[in-house]
Amino acid sequence: MQMARVIGDVVATRKDDGLSGITLLVLQPIAADGTNAGRTLVAVDSVGAGVGETVFFVRGKEASFPFHPTEVPADAGIVGIIDQWYVG
Amino acid sequence: MQIARVVGTVVATHKHGAFEGAKLLLVQPVGLDDTPRGPTLLAVDSVGAGVTERVLIVQEGRAAGEALGRKGAPVDTAIVGIIDSVDVQE
Repeated sequence: MQMARVIGDVVATRKDDGLSGITLLVLQPIAADGTNAGRTLVAVDSVGAGVGETVFFVRGKEASFPFHPTEVPADAGIVGIIDQWYVG
Repeated sequence: MQIARVVGTVVATHKHGAFEGAKLLLVQPVGLDDTPRGPTLLAVDSVGAGVTERVLIVQEGRAAGEALGRKGAPVDTAIVGIIDSVDVQE
């Protein structure tokens, strides 16, 4: 899992049925010091995250697990909203 | 998922049975500013995307198989949505 900032959202009217009603958010992965770390990506949201929040997300087929038994074609999913974090 | 631009189509007569009837498109992953990033990919399309459209792609085997409607298909990339808009606030 990785930390990321939610920086935007995606609207897609025509999409796979498995994505119906699911929020798609743009994430900027961040390092422990809060700086950008890596490329932006789009993730499905199962926890009600919003733009401006810091979240953690999973990559891979596990991204669809929160929506079980619906089969969601996703490879990245937000699974938690971070209130705060501490380093060392 | 990644944002990508559909840049072409692919015709392949000889292919694995799981691809029968599937539409294969060439997609170029792009950044939020629409600049290309990374190699061009082949993706199966189940949402009716066309060349020049901006789409959402998954790069994960199971998700791509679900999008194709065939579990266990030897695919790793699929188009799962056609993007109307992306709103970035920073």
